[in-house]
Amino acid sequence: MALWREFGQQLRRAIPKATTGEVCLAQSRRYISHTTTPWRTAGIAHSGRWNSGAQKRLHPSLQEWKSAQRSFSATAHVAHGHITPPKPGEEINVTFVDKDGTEVKLQVAEGDNLLDIAQANDLEMEGACGGSCACSTCHVIVEDPDMFDKMEEPSDDENDMLDLAFGLTETSRLGCQVIMSKDLDGLVVKLPPMTRNLQASDFESK
Amino acid sequence: MLDRAFVCAQCTARLTHRSVFRIKTPFYSASRRLSSNATPDRPVRVAIVGSGPAGFYAASRLLSKQQNAMVDMYEKLPVPFGLARYGVAPDHPEVKNCEEKFTEVATSPRFNFVGNIDLGHDLPLTALKPHYDAILFAYGASQDKELGIPGEKSARNVHSARAFVGWYNGLPEHRDLEPDLTSGEDAVIVGQGNVALDVARILLTDVDALRSTDIADYALEALSKSRIKRVRVVGRRGPLQASFTIKELRELLQLPSVAFDPIPKDVFPPEDVVDALPRAQKRLMQLLGKGSANDPQTSTKSWSLDFLLSPDSLHSSPVHPYNLFQARFSCNQLDPANPHSPSSKVTPKCLPDGKAAMVNLNASVFFRSVGYKSLPLPGLDDIGIRFDDQRGVIPNDGFGRVRSPSSPSNMGERQKLPDGSLITHLAGLYCAGWVKRGPTGVIASTMTDAFTTADSIMQDLANYNGSSSLLHAPGHSSGLGWDGVKAEAERRGLRPTSWKDWQRIDAVERERGKQKGKIRDKMGRVEEMLEVID
Repeated sequence: MALWREFGQQLRRAIPKATTGEVCLAQSRRYISHTTTPWRTAGIAHSGRWNSGAQKRLHPSLQEWKSAQRSFSATAHVAHGHITPPKPGEEINVTFVDKDGTEVKLQVAEGDNLLDIAQANDLEMEGACGGSCACSTCHVIVEDPDMFDKMEEPSDDENDMLDLAFGLTETSRLGCQVIMSKDLDGLVVKLPPMTRNLQASDFESK
Repeated sequence: MLDRAFVCAQCTARLTHRSVFRIKTPFYSASRRLSSNATPDRPVRVAIVGSGPAGFYAASRLLSKQQNAMVDMYEKLPVPFGLARYGVAPDHPEVKNCEEKFTEVATSPRFNFVGNIDLGHDLPLTALKPHYDAILFAYGASQDKELGIPGEKSARNVHSARAFVGWYNGLPEHRDLEPDLTSGEDAVIVGQGNVALDVARILLTDVDALRSTDIADYALEALSKSRIKRVRVVGRRGPLQASFTIKELRELLQLPSVAFDPIPKDVFPPEDVVDALPRAQKRLMQLLGKGSANDPQTSTKSWSLDFLLSPDSLHSSPVHPYNLFQARFSCNQLDPANPHSPSSKVTPKCLPDGKAAMVNLNASVFFRSVGYKSLPLPGLDDIGIRFDDQRGVIPNDGFGRVRSPSSPSNMGERQKLPDGSLITHLAGLYCAGWVKRGPTGVIASTMTDAFTTADSIMQDLANYNGSSSLLHAPGHSSGLGWDGVKAEAERRGLRPTSWKDWQRIDAVERERGKQKGKIRDKMGRVEEMLEVID
């Protein structure tokens, strides 16, 4: 069963990569989001979240769903992962590498932070404190030290949280504090594993 | 419905499937083909005991990755969120943001909240077991460690920090704690973890800064009358062994008009030792060395970290025999051979005449904060679990599978560990959070831990081959979940609360809070909560 799921995931990731042009999963979603009606933007931002608040509201009947979609479009409220589509010609490239080494290449707008970007694209990144720099769950590792140096220095508050991050490195940052700018075009960040591997030492003196 | 021309085939499938159509289909039909052999035509039923961060993060992982999983979450209180609601300090609202994620988890049609049921007391675990494929214990640490010193039980105004935290956070259990903050100016806290610093911060913070938080009203009133001006946070060992984290320390050091006593040079590690420390400890020591910028002359309150003191006894005032007056400590010294190693042990300090060195600290209120402790849930034995009383955890393999007390045994499957040893598991039983690894770490560590356990459950489901497994044999579980347990709960006259009930309580609390200019006004008693929903 796990094999099948794994296969499905691989396929989902492999196809957009194999295809040239802009038919990338994440990009295509972005593409939709700014070429169709606003309610879809919201729906799409939520699409990978299996139990979004929006879905719950839609649940009772299709009729209600239709009316809900209208009110939804008015506010376009998205709890997490709300990002702005980049203006044509102003896209900034960012690549997330997950714990299996799978790369997800995205084109994003200036001003969005990595946590919101990751969540809007269903990447495995938690933001337990909602992006307020009060936890370490959106820890990312910047691949290129030069790119790390280009970023603004992490604040004391961010460093305080990073101190508690699992698998801290010299180029670690909190996703919620990295705000995309033109200088960061081509940024590659790694997502550390969210579960731990068992160590033999876990069994010492037990 | 969707303009397919704009969307690649996969995206269309994803979008239609996930956000629109799946709602109309039964929750498991879409993924039935992916389900494990163990449960070919019914959902996998998981009971989670406890609704704190560990329970919710495990539920989140299970529901998002195992499409045929259905989770029933049992909670002792009528309301969810455990320590996120009752442990996180009221002036840390951003840490409570994780509740938003938990609320999102709870909106899944495959999630069911069963509150107001104290498993083990109200309802035996044996009533649950036949109806679930897996039971995950995530009930945390319900007690705290005691010091075991004279006066701890008898002297008035001696509290556990845990109870004090519960008290100011509106936890019904500690609603009536009534700490007296008016009998003197000195507070002593024993223990140097984050809970100790939380207590210190609440005592030292200007009460007006807390008014808009969700702190309990009665606590706000007591704090506004507080005469406490001086807080000592006392530890048995040195600065390098203190277990608080830097964020909590920085906050205290930045409190307006609160001074901090510089740490004496003789206990503080020298610069070259600090420089050689790993990053987190180094930054912590550097901040400690820097101290606070506030001038003691102009500050209204002050605090200190007092090192190398072990609590010895508590003494009442000779004038007012019921009032706490002094806390007596015996002095320790760092290992002379290796004084500044993080693992350095301390030994009692002796005076030249051979007597133990002692020191008295004034204390009108005293808090012990030397760690939380998990207790065994009554009836764990009945389902084969032997709680580890010494470590205060459910014995497990580190991945969250509960270990069998006897080995080898016919109750579970043996598993080979990385170090080559074999251990035996109890089929279908798991644990996560503090009851799994002990009461340490922040929410992020509990999240990692809960995800690991959830992954173990899914791995065991996937590897199930029909006969030998870490799960039960087929037919073991009725697969009914709460539907199977409900009748027994009703027979016992229990009044379970649903997620809807919580939403009602939540709405009332927020509304009451709004009227008082607070985020929320928590209900301090279980009866009050039940009144609102009945």
